[in-house]
Amino acid sequence: MEVPDRKNVITLLHGAGGTYMHSLIRDVFLRLSDGFGEVGLEMMDDAAVINGVVFTTDSFIVRPIFFRGGDIGRLSVSGTVNDIAMMGGEPTALSLGVVLEEGFPKDKLEKIVESIKSTAKEAGVHIVTGDTKVMERGSLDKIVINTAGIGTRPRQLDHNIETLRKSRQPRNWLVPTNLRDGDKIVVTGTLGDHAIAVLSSREGVGFESNVASDVAPLNKLIMNILEIGGIADAKDPTRGGLADLLQDWSEKSGLGIFIRENDIPVKDDVRAAVEFLGMDILELGNEGKAVLAVSPEYVKDVIDALHSDPLGKDAMVIGEVRKDLEGVIMETVVGGERYVGRPMGDPVPRIC
Amino acid sequence: MSEYLSLLKYYRDPNLAKALRVRIEELAKKIEENIMIMHVCGSHEWTITHYGIRSLLPENVEVRAGPGCPVCITPATDIDDAVKLAMDGVIVATYGDMSRARGTKMSLEEARAMGGDVRVIYGVQDVVKMARREPSKDFLFFAVGMDTTAPATAFEMLKDVPDNLSFLVSYRYTPAIQGSVMESNVLGIDAFISAGHSVTVTGLRPYYEYFLRSKKPMVATGFEPIDVLMSVYMILKQIEEGKPRIENEYTRSVTWEGNVKAQQVMEKVFDLEDGYVRGVAVFPKAGFRLKEEFSKKDARVQYGLKDRTKSKDEYVAGARCGEVVMGLIDPPECPLYGKTCKPDDPKGAPMVSQEGTCWIWATHRIVNVSPRCRR
Repeated sequence: MEVPDRKNVITLLHGAGGTYMHSLIRDVFLRLSDGFGEVGLEMMDDAAVINGVVFTTDSFIVRPIFFRGGDIGRLSVSGTVNDIAMMGGEPTALSLGVVLEEGFPKDKLEKIVESIKSTAKEAGVHIVTGDTKVMERGSLDKIVINTAGIGTRPRQLDHNIETLRKSRQPRNWLVPTNLRDGDKIVVTGTLGDHAIAVLSSREGVGFESNVASDVAPLNKLIMNILEIGGIADAKDPTRGGLADLLQDWSEKSGLGIFIRENDIPVKDDVRAAVEFLGMDILELGNEGKAVLAVSPEYVKDVIDALHSDPLGKDAMVIGEVRKDLEGVIMETVVGGERYVGRPMGDPVPRIC
Repeated sequence: MSEYLSLLKYYRDPNLAKALRVRIEELAKKIEENIMIMHVCGSHEWTITHYGIRSLLPENVEVRAGPGCPVCITPATDIDDAVKLAMDGVIVATYGDMSRARGTKMSLEEARAMGGDVRVIYGVQDVVKMARREPSKDFLFFAVGMDTTAPATAFEMLKDVPDNLSFLVSYRYTPAIQGSVMESNVLGIDAFISAGHSVTVTGLRPYYEYFLRSKKPMVATGFEPIDVLMSVYMILKQIEEGKPRIENEYTRSVTWEGNVKAQQVMEKVFDLEDGYVRGVAVFPKAGFRLKEEFSKKDARVQYGLKDRTKSKDEYVAGARCGEVVMGLIDPPECPLYGKTCKPDDPKGAPMVSQEGTCWIWATHRIVNVSPRCRR
């Protein structure tokens, strides 16, 4: 028998938002890049921008499909809406592609569609086109949903970019190259809720927890803070968590990032679960949180605005952009310093 | 779970850490000389790296990782023997990390890919159950680890073990390994952070003879960041006072006598003999061997395995695993580290095991050597 060539095999890690996924995208998918678009494929950002229109797509394979605090329907609207919002765009319409496994109960599908409907209403977006496919029993796990979405350029973004001009020459959208030395790093709330909620909703994991997923559309929250200004970039820490996101920012901006572990908001129940499971909170995925790089003179107003919204009530400044550093460095709970790098992948597979 | 968390809070308290840091700095200044401290446990290396403790220490105080990763010190020849038996049709059971470490040719995981029956287990009870369930097949338990895992195996052996199960014992005795380093003047280690869970089993008593001969400070230490900082403080205090002694920081678990029941069980089943530490040397009285009355269970006797220690191809060409294991170099000084040897494609045992210094440094993305106070 021959030893299989490990390099030729796709593993779950390749979809887990870390070094594996990044090299797969670079090695294989970036072949498709041809420089088209104001923000194109080669930027590897949350969404593309073509002729002023923000465009993105996302597929959802979460297990289980109903979990504490949400379901695959709410997830598939929020995920795409948030990707558009993180570019500074205002999401308007989504497509909905559903692939079902033969034997899937219709009443469950209806429940998912109801959830899609209410989440779309919450976000103020419309489902305008769709597609349905069914596969033989056993050829996929219950249901896969794909959504694509478009968004327009809101006046709030114009205002925000204008405020940035005082301190830098920004690009036209929220992208990592807007980051500057001294910008504050803000998280809009507690980290790890979604990954732990999904994991603890699985059977046979061996631990119980009351943590609910944070899955939510963030577009209105982002519009509110763009109105204030000083937002250099926004990004949602999904698969690969804060660690992957900050590494991305550091690499794309060429600047160092310093964060303080004691300032990162984490729910006690999540902390306990992470301790029990031996996971790193920085690598866990979130679906209702954003990380912001904010010009220092605006940070107080931005934090105040976030705190007045339920989705941002736990927002904290956790660090700053530093040109004198290389990579991402964290001051640990006991005051030591260590690197935070890109994880190999999110420790919990199939969370979105 | 929240009770556990509120307890943990004290062992990670930022103010306590700050206070300890100030005292450590004061002592280090008074002492002036360079102080090199060694710990002998992968879990300590994880705590030190994960909490960035090295960055908190004064310039003249250094903590280095010594031989404390079970998978790393298991001889390549023992892995080779287990691989050979797996290829000969014996079902080999061992821990996950161990199955991925290569001998001179391949790992047990690779042996499985080549058709061998290799099973990953969490404890010795698993393989006992398997052997009972499948009485027509021959099972081997590749028993690796330190005094922390040896008692569980000894306990099973004293019960009724199925006839179709034998043991390839490669356990090592931590007090003897740390003791040899204590007595060595070549390595120049000044003091020791002892492995809290190992000392919980063995007690502090076995260290006494080594201490009497070496007069080097030693502190049994727990695994939270405050534990480590506290024990660095205790060590420096001993040095400053000029009164070396054996001390116990991990009082919530460690005693002088240790776990007497576990020790009695081990004494009934094992003798201590000289034990080879992979890529390093033979350490006196550091290896467990099954007593003669258990020879029917001893794979070395049953399969006629030769006693070998050092082999020619200990590691892949260029690898410096042995020096990392002994704390002589930092992982980034090995030419393979981070290049051809990575956590997801490890070449040497210290990159395979989650207790290996290379794995811990690589997963914390450390690319530079740590600041040195000497050498």
